[in-house]
Amino acid sequence: MSRTLKNRLRAAGLWFATFVLMVTICVPGLWVVLSAFRPNREILAKPPVWVPENLTLGNFSKIFGFGENQVAIPVLDYFSNSLVIAITSTLIALIVGMSGGYAFARFRFRFKNAWFLGLMLSRTVPGIALSLPIFMIWSRLGIIDTKTGLIIVYVALNVPFTIWLIDGFFRQIPASLSEAAQVDGCTRWQAFWRIEFPLARSGIAAAGVFAFLTSWNEFALASQLTRSTDSKTLPVGLMDFTSQFTIDWAGMSAMAVIIIVPALILTFIVQKHLIAGLTFGGVKG
Amino acid sequence: MLRYFRARQAKLTPLLLLSPALLTMLFVVGIPMVFSFYTSLTPYRLTRPETIETFIGLRNYTRLLSDEAFWIAFGRTILFLAIALNVEFLLGLGIALLINRITWGQRTLRTIMMFPMMFSPILVGFQFKFIFNDNIGILNNALQSLGLADQAIPWLVDGKLAMFSIIFAEVWMSTSVFAILLLAGLFAMPRDPLEAAKVDGCNPWQVFRHIMLPFIMPFAFIAMTIRSLDVARAYDIVAVMTDGGPAGRTELLWTLIARMGYENARMGQANAMAYISTILSIAFTYYFFTKLVAARRFMGGAE
Repeated sequence: MSRTLKNRLRAAGLWFATFVLMVTICVPGLWVVLSAFRPNREILAKPPVWVPENLTLGNFSKIFGFGENQVAIPVLDYFSNSLVIAITSTLIALIVGMSGGYAFARFRFRFKNAWFLGLMLSRTVPGIALSLPIFMIWSRLGIIDTKTGLIIVYVALNVPFTIWLIDGFFRQIPASLSEAAQVDGCTRWQAFWRIEFPLARSGIAAAGVFAFLTSWNEFALASQLTRSTDSKTLPVGLMDFTSQFTIDWAGMSAMAVIIIVPALILTFIVQKHLIAGLTFGGVKG
Repeated sequence: MLRYFRARQAKLTPLLLLSPALLTMLFVVGIPMVFSFYTSLTPYRLTRPETIETFIGLRNYTRLLSDEAFWIAFGRTILFLAIALNVEFLLGLGIALLINRITWGQRTLRTIMMFPMMFSPILVGFQFKFIFNDNIGILNNALQSLGLADQAIPWLVDGKLAMFSIIFAEVWMSTSVFAILLLAGLFAMPRDPLEAAKVDGCNPWQVFRHIMLPFIMPFAFIAMTIRSLDVARAYDIVAVMTDGGPAGRTELLWTLIARMGYENARMGQANAMAYISTILSIAFTYYFFTKLVAARRFMGGAE
């Protein structure tokens, strides 16, 4: 009797802890999403309005400039800048990372561990610290406030971690497979494309999503290297809503939703491979 | 001759494959960091471009030694990292153990766990600026509606509370890195030693302390390494939530660098600070990376 009671209490405790955890994780985000569909007046209301009385798409049409609304913030430009910069830098980082990751996974060479550590340490320079010299050099090269300038930086930002992940994925594929193919007359290049690449494809996709999100979310460098609608990305654009004394909470929430949604969808698609990549890349040295 | 060439080629192949990565890092990180070091030896101001040619040796660094604001920000950054990383590790461990014991809906929980990790730090900052807002934030509204507080609590206006709010946001964003990797560690754990320990009469604490913990520590170090690679992204959170305010009470090294370099246009001095913050980050990452390598070796030996 007391034993079953104890087990029940334990199960209840487990559920309670899980409930608290999920509330803590979900409520902040959901609150922002909800606010994106509420008029600013309701958000600012005192006493607070808990149950939304009127939900509206007005905040979205406002920031996109549909209808009679005057658009103050060129969200569409920011969105396309973000998309172009994130996709281009991801593709380049993947090619560079695949080549580097393959080298780490399949070859022995001198100072291998030192090279790997060096790559990782070059990633660890704080964004804001790195932005100072890049700001100066990019101005001299004339690529400040351009998409190209930011793409170059993001490739470098993503290469080390992409290598870490892809190295792990290639290492999971037995080297004997490609050796067998080479015995059967494939060149090493063919063996790579026909055997190893297809096997590592889902892992490489996960690494690509991770790189995409890093670029999509980055702020410290972008905020200093972009100035105009030519190159400003969504996270930098989010700051347009804050002036010194007033904040357009509804507009900001709507924009936050625009930034979040692609990230959530992509995370959901690749989460399994991503977890595998993070652990295998690190543990099986 | 041909054989010599082949052998030579086999040696060069990996370096050839690595060269795009190395060149990228050289161009975007290596050369700029050298330039940054040179600039830190000049009194360079953006408003007076010719000052970049004046060489003043280590004067920017010696000035930092007696700069109280800098050392306060430095100490606060270390404290911030120490608190955040420890809380994240402990919470992450707790969450991993919790989810590990749940059988129903485990995968859904794990997926939801991943979302904060994928949030843009700038969004996390905005989100908590919204929540902790003293006037319209959901937290104060809830506390007041429930009668738990009779006045608005100045979460982001009071220095100590603002620091707490920032740490809360940081922990919210990054705990999942630990939780997910530690959970992966728990999943990968072999069952036999656990059973054997139970048969031998170990209590749950002993099982956890002497069997589970050593096994999942490498996973914790991976999480630490991944976290320390991007430790400065807390800058984004602070930049949105308080921008170092109120009255410099939440000023971290990174916001101080941005202020010095871009707002005050004193690039020389800012680069000197940036160098110190970079060395700090590298030391962090290096420390955890060596721990990871050591733990990995230990595991290799145990297998």
